Amino acid sequence: MNLGTSVLKVTRVGILKGRLLAAVSTLLIGSSVFAATIKIGEVGSMTGSEATFGISTHEGIELAIKEQNAKGGIKGQKIELISLDDQGKPEEAAIATTKLITQDKVVAILGEVASSRSLAMAPIAQKYKVPMISPSSTNPKVTAVGDHIFRVCFIDPFQGAVMAKFASENLKAKKVAIFRDVKSDYSVGLSDFFKEAFLKAGGEVVVDQSYSSGEVDFNSQLTSIRAKKPDVIFLPGYYTEVGLIAKQARKLGIKAAILGGDGWDSEKLYEIGGKSLNNSYFSNHYSQDDQTPAVQSFIATYKKAYNKIPDGLGALGYDAARVLFAAMETTKTGSTAEVQGALAKTKDFQGVTGKITMDEMRNATKSAVVLEVKDGKFLYKTTINP
Amino acid sequence: MKNKKQNKNALNPTDPFCGFASLRWWLLAVAVVWVLNSILPDLMGPYYFQILILAGINVILAVSLNLVNGFTGQFSMGHAGFMSVGGYISAYITTQLIVSHPEIMNDAILGSAVFVGSLLLGGLGATCTGYLVGLPSLRLRGDYLAIVTLGFGEIIRVVFLNMDAVGGARGLSGIMQFSSFGWVFTLAIFTVFTVWRVVHSAQGRVLLSIREDEIAATAMGVNTTQGKVRAFAMGAFFAGVAGGLFAHYLTIMSPGTFDFNRSFEIIIMVVLGGMGSISGSVVAAVLLTSLKEALRPLQQLTGVDLRMVIYSLVLITMMLARPSGIFGTREIGDIYRDWRAGKAPKDAKKLKASTPSKGGAA
Repeated sequence: MNLGTSVLKVTRVGILKGRLLAAVSTLLIGSSVFAATIKIGEVGSMTGSEATFGISTHEGIELAIKEQNAKGGIKGQKIELISLDDQGKPEEAAIATTKLITQDKVVAILGEVASSRSLAMAPIAQKYKVPMISPSSTNPKVTAVGDHIFRVCFIDPFQGAVMAKFASENLKAKKVAIFRDVKSDYSVGLSDFFKEAFLKAGGEVVVDQSYSSGEVDFNSQLTSIRAKKPDVIFLPGYYTEVGLIAKQARKLGIKAAILGGDGWDSEKLYEIGGKSLNNSYFSNHYSQDDQTPAVQSFIATYKKAYNKIPDGLGALGYDAARVLFAAMETTKTGSTAEVQGALAKTKDFQGVTGKITMDEMRNATKSAVVLEVKDGKFLYKTTINP
Repeated sequence: MKNKKQNKNALNPTDPFCGFASLRWWLLAVAVVWVLNSILPDLMGPYYFQILILAGINVILAVSLNLVNGFTGQFSMGHAGFMSVGGYISAYITTQLIVSHPEIMNDAILGSAVFVGSLLLGGLGATCTGYLVGLPSLRLRGDYLAIVTLGFGEIIRVVFLNMDAVGGARGLSGIMQFSSFGWVFTLAIFTVFTVWRVVHSAQGRVLLSIREDEIAATAMGVNTTQGKVRAFAMGAFFAGVAGGLFAHYLTIMSPGTFDFNRSFEIIIMVVLGGMGSISGSVVAAVLLTSLKEALRPLQQLTGVDLRMVIYSLVLITMMLARPSGIFGTREIGDIYRDWRAGKAPKDAKKLKASTPSKGGAA
């Protein structure tokens, strides 16, 4: 209906008749196609300060839909993606969700990247009983909103445990130092979960230091870490500080391995830290070097479509869409209730970011990869299963 | 022309809109809002209804900022900060109360009382913050004030970012959705009514005198700093209430939502509507909130996100064509009066006859 009124407005303004006819005819063709499609909604930050996250995710989703439609869609019906921008604002995400559900009548919603926006969207999706899959919101509260909210990424408790396991089993570490960013909840959470799992594995936390993101001088904390002679340092921060800390640590003569989480995942990391980052490892959603066919074919098609290497968010967007399609294919009528039921039963789905199984809290239990930073490259080290 | 401008805010008994100053019209409007509250959701559909509610919250923000920026002439850029103070305080109160006394939710009246109480406390918290921020900074003028308020707005945001009690960077979630159309618009009407009465009172004259000429106002014995701080604290109160409504509508508060971009958004509404026009702020708030959504079909049709480009173009065109904003410093009543005067010359003569004597006295 909105399309109809906008066309009317165009006539009033007085745009050429021929163009109008073309617009009307595309509309007619369009609407006849719409009738036979399955509508899926996406809410993302395509503009605004976090646009890069939204765009990466969108490209992954778009790619998955293109592939599915090339295979003939779902039971002969093509998939149509309605993607709305929220400018990185929770209120816009809420409005967009309402529009997708009540105006466009979508079967399911994919999004959002950030937990704060997902939390604004989730109550609405839950209220109208439309399944919503967040590709990368790690806050445990998101899926706790209700039984229609899912996610395909692992949550922070798991990531902390993964690195604890890696430190104790692969690196045979006994003494660790924790160096956390008190300003970021992500970092604090990850440190706590790491500590818990590492103590359980029989290790010892010799020193627990903290910094605030934005600082540039970490020498005093690092000196006290050096005094305790840890085997590894757990540093779950974002790449800017991580790069600086690694540099200053090596200058002080600390040779211990440095471990971190997916906040490290940026090309900027090496630009800042340089060679000091050798002998450090971090957990991530997927690795470009992972030789499994699912990963390699995804990278190849993504490169062909967008002419760049996909980042973690692109891979998660792709997986979120594909988990949804797999669930839809098992349903009889494709109604929202059936899709919800099928999504909850997702088991051992082979995605790019690992084998995805939904647990009873609708969080994905899946493997994480550990990457080694070596001369500016992120080398695939190992995969750790839950 | 000059006489008319000076006289525009006076309560003129021959003015058909004089009735706006009396309380019963406003109470009637509140009654209408609550009737609409039960009819509108089915009539409009949830999507348009949601836009309307957010427009209502923006009306409160724009009108309250207009008191500071428009009527007092002090360019404040920290409104989002006060909004977040009110939002966090009221959301924290309700979430804590519901955890300790879950029975509140079973009683609709008690629930509403808790909600309104939390909004008031949130507003008062914002007022205190506004007072503290205003006291030192309002001794500055013009650009300096703008920068200082911008800074304070950011400080408030960073304080919430570091507060574990309200969730820090993760935000405060699990807030009950108390804000309904009825509450939002009741409080919007209350805001417009209060600002209207303040502007038309002796206190309002003080504010206008500060805007027009601060030195002259000081010479006339007006305590300009006190006047400014009062306007600032009052603007902060309503921003805090709006923040509370916002929190209880979206059910999530995160510090990132209240960065300086939100302050700018409110300033745009005030400037577009007209600095010093309450009706202008109301119209601009509704217009800008709906414009972004009205442009969505275009985005879907073209496949390119031109929403913000067109939004900005509208603003630029508007500012080039009418630098004083949609309404300038006039109100909807003035426009109605002019329209009447144009239609019935007799009325116009009467008005003109009464104007010069008053203008001369002022």
